[in-house]
Amino acid sequence: MSTAPSELESPEVDEAIELSPPWVTIVWNDPVNLMDYVTFVFQTYFGYSKEKAEKLMLQVHQEGKSAVSNGNREAMERDVEAMHTYGLWATCEKS
Amino acid sequence: MTRFRKRRKTVVVSFAEHEADILANLLRNLVELLYDGMPPRATESSDPLAALLDSDGPTSPPEDVVLRRLLPDAYSEDDQASAEFRRFTERGLREGKVGDAKRVLSALEESGADEIALEPDEQLAWLRAINDLRLAIGTRLDIKEEDDYATWEKLPDDDPRRLTYDLYDWLGYLQSALLHNMR
Repeated sequence: MSTAPSELESPEVDEAIELSPPWVTIVWNDPVNLMDYVTFVFQTYFGYSKEKAEKLMLQVHQEGKSAVSNGNREAMERDVEAMHTYGLWATCEKS
Repeated sequence: MTRFRKRRKTVVVSFAEHEADILANLLRNLVELLYDGMPPRATESSDPLAALLDSDGPTSPPEDVVLRRLLPDAYSEDDQASAEFRRFTERGLREGKVGDAKRVLSALEESGADEIALEPDEQLAWLRAINDLRLAIGTRLDIKEEDDYATWEKLPDDDPRRLTYDLYDWLGYLQSALLHNMR
């Protein structure tokens, strides 16, 4: 097995990054959902720690929105759908 | 008086009879609303491909303001992408919400005012169903982010929104107490 020349490897990495543009799931603030419930949803669905879930919840509450997950478009649509199941107001967009 | 207690991972809830009736009525209205305007599913004989992919759902947001909040657009600035997302997901989302509401309803109908023991997956269904009720009532009342909690608390008894607000407030208590007992 021969070692591949390093010049050949780097362009492939660049291409891979271009092929999968990152998307994000945005959760928007709304006047109804309780803060504890929003934190609970972030912990339960995303498996985030209590600290991380609370930080994101506060960002939603204070700044009006927060990017709660990122990945490819299909994964973000799944996350948005799950947030709607829990009654959170979520959209996906290109980051 | 609604009571909650915890038994290992099980949460036990008991309602006064009138409370169980009120909750059941709210849930029945929610189920009816969610069924309203739900397009019939394609069958294998009418459109086999659509039936297979479950791709013949609605493409425009519901007209009712409550349904629009329960079934929101998935893209804030791309109507076409929102329509496409809705076509594939809205029916499933409606069915999931109906399923949660019906689980709570059947537990209430079986137990009446007796104790209801909720296992972890039932607790999730209850949380989501109670949340959907709060979203529905909060949207009908037009509760706004900038609203002062005290203005709603101080609504006079003869205000037509008084009773609805009290229900909304009670549902918030139920959800908080359930969450608290789940931790």
